[in-house]
Amino acid sequence: MSKAFVPTAAKPGVITANDLREGHNVWMCEDGWTADPARATLFEDEAIADLALLKAVGQSNIVVGPYLVEARRGPRGPEPTHFREAFRQRGPSNYFHGIQAAKQATAKQTEASNV
Amino acid sequence: MFDVRPVDTDYVRHRAAQFRTQVERRLDGSLTEDEFRPLRLMNGVYLQLHAYMLRVAIPYGTISPDQMRMLAHLAETYDKGYGHWTTRQNIQFNWPRLVDIPDMLDNLASVGMHAIQTSGNTIRNVTTDAFAGAAADEWMDPRPYAELLRSWSTDHAEFQFLPRKFKIAITGAQRDRALVAAHDIGLRLIQKDGRTGFEVWVGGGLGRTPMLGKVIRDFLPESDLLAYIEAIISTYNLSGRRDNKYKARIKITVHERGLDVFKAEVEEEFANRRRDFHGADREALAIFKDRFAAPAFRNAATEAYEAERARNGAFRSWTDTNLHAHKIDGYASVIVTFKTHGETPGDASADQMRLLADLAEQYGHADLRISHDQNVVLPHVHKSDLPAVYAALQKAGLATANAGLTSDIIACPGMDYCTLATARSIPIAQEIATHFKDVGLEDEIGKLNIRISGCINACGHHHLGHIGILGLDRAGVENYQITLGGDGYDIPAIGERAGAGFPYDQVVPAIDRLLRAYLEVRADASERFIDAYRRLGPAPFKAALYPEPAHA
Ligand code: HEM
Ligand code: SF4
Repeated sequence: MSKAFVPTAAKPGVITANDLREGHNVWMCEDGWTADPARATLFEDEAIADLALLKAVGQSNIVVGPYLVEARRGPRGPEPTHFREAFRQRGPSNYFHGIQAAKQATAKQTEASNV
Repeated sequence: MFDVRPVDTDYVRHRAAQFRTQVERRLDGSLTEDEFRPLRLMNGVYLQLHAYMLRVAIPYGTISPDQMRMLAHLAETYDKGYGHWTTRQNIQFNWPRLVDIPDMLDNLASVGMHAIQTSGNTIRNVTTDAFAGAAADEWMDPRPYAELLRSWSTDHAEFQFLPRKFKIAITGAQRDRALVAAHDIGLRLIQKDGRTGFEVWVGGGLGRTPMLGKVIRDFLPESDLLAYIEAIISTYNLSGRRDNKYKARIKITVHERGLDVFKAEVEEEFANRRRDFHGADREALAIFKDRFAAPAFRNAATEAYEAERARNGAFRSWTDTNLHAHKIDGYASVIVTFKTHGETPGDASADQMRLLADLAEQYGHADLRISHDQNVVLPHVHKSDLPAVYAALQKAGLATANAGLTSDIIACPGMDYCTLATARSIPIAQEIATHFKDVGLEDEIGKLNIRISGCINACGHHHLGHIGILGLDRAGVENYQITLGGDGYDIPAIGERAGAGFPYDQVVPAIDRLLRAYLEVRADASERFIDAYRRLGPAPFKAALYPEPAHA
């Protein structure tokens, strides 16, 4: 679902897609793709974002259907501005599945390794 | 032309192997996503909001215990332990990894199942009455014809690239439980002058332009079924619009060209096509009629059943709501609702699937059906076995006595899973069901069909709900439009929009006002919501949905 969104400093955006092999949601970050939306690169410039999107399209052996979408700067990283993206970053509301579950698993692991 | 092809596991295996190499080529970069997408869709693989989704066909909703166990195995091994029954009698797995799907298809092939033509602009799963072969009001089992249509349409070379998807439904009962009027082609088995044939409907569909179908043939002799259906679809294949995907369904073709023009073209084509059918289809039909012969029903006493009904109030109320009248004395069809208050409509866990398989084997002549309202039916259970069946279902949380009631809601996956969604539908269904249980009005309200879709594609059949709810995105906020007066059964009707939409947290209060108003105005407890609506018109219901502000 490509949205003709143009990022600016006032209305920045992120690039997101699905992982080709696994299907889960991913975001473009400094070192490639991440399943943690808070680590996504925030684009404030149309030209830079377009170039990055082209690069993403070129990585079709890693991701499927990359698109640029609005995000806002939050204390811990980019945050969604639309509820659709908020759901993509969280997971479904009927079960504790998807990213919300992955996050909890990571948190538990970190906790365990800190003990 | 048609040649007989029995359940062809070789073909299904071959298709699975083909898909495996397609996935390999996608992963190694030899296929781009643009090239791969149509290939995966031909095998029922979608990309949803959080993951891939695999839609598996359950032809005319009929499934054997072994097949059901295979679905359970897939749910556990490759998904998160559950699957989702759809309104088109299929099952969807919401979380498979692309790399696992070839294995899933191999597994399915081993029990004669597949995902072919569950997506794309092809002839989709042929659907029918979940009580086919069992219902008291049925005069002929439609499944041999459904199987004829399935085997003919599978891989039909001419119809792999239709202007749009194509859905056929068929019923052989008095009461239409297959939604004949809401399908591209609808077939009602009828008898005329001692001959068996069909009343043929064409051009029904929901989606963004909901339309009820029209009768294109009052009587089509059964021997002409395939030739005539082929004539309709080939006429549509040529004259259906390919310039605009929103105008590409046959309902628009029939509407724009007019039924008379369309019918004339079909009849001409039929005269040509008929010559190509040399009887192989009729031979196949005879084979299929044997395959769907009624099981060996038994004759036994039903006193124990009556005694348990008298003794156990919970059992009695379950038998009041969740049984469907059977054509054989002493038998009943059991509706196992996947609508427990607060649960996701249509979601079944692997354990629940296995239990159903066991119950079907032990008590149900090894027959299971997926119904279009996202429930499962054990079509043939002797009444003397009902107490045991009920006890087993109860243990698994599957004995909710709510078939046809407020909480028996059809809901599409909506924005919890679907990429096309404009709002969520599942939590709305969960909250409505829980609310009316909490306020204790569900039994009082009685028969009611609530249907919820998460966008105008209408997968949740909201137009056909007595109360329909359509989730929309209004300026970045979920908003829900309510339609009233739809009916998918006795008097097919498309619901009318009641007025402005409601924000997410106002939907339950609005439905609460609406149903309390109904309880006020109904003639008596036997007058259903839809009957009261038809008698009184929308005014009292709209007034309840949109009360005058007190200060005005
Ligand atoms: C990824 C999931 C799904 C996608 C992308 C999808 C897509 C669509 C689209 C685009 C249409 C409209 C077709 C048209 O008007 O030409 C449609 C119709 C329909 N879908 Fe789905 N759907 C999905 C899931 C489901 C599910 C889960 C169900 C059942 C619960 C379902 C049942 C139906 C039905 C019954 C219609 C018929 C409405 C008609 O007559 O067009 N779909 N779907
Ligand atoms: S109605 Fe819309 S939201 Fe619901 S499943 Fe169909 S396409 Fe998705």
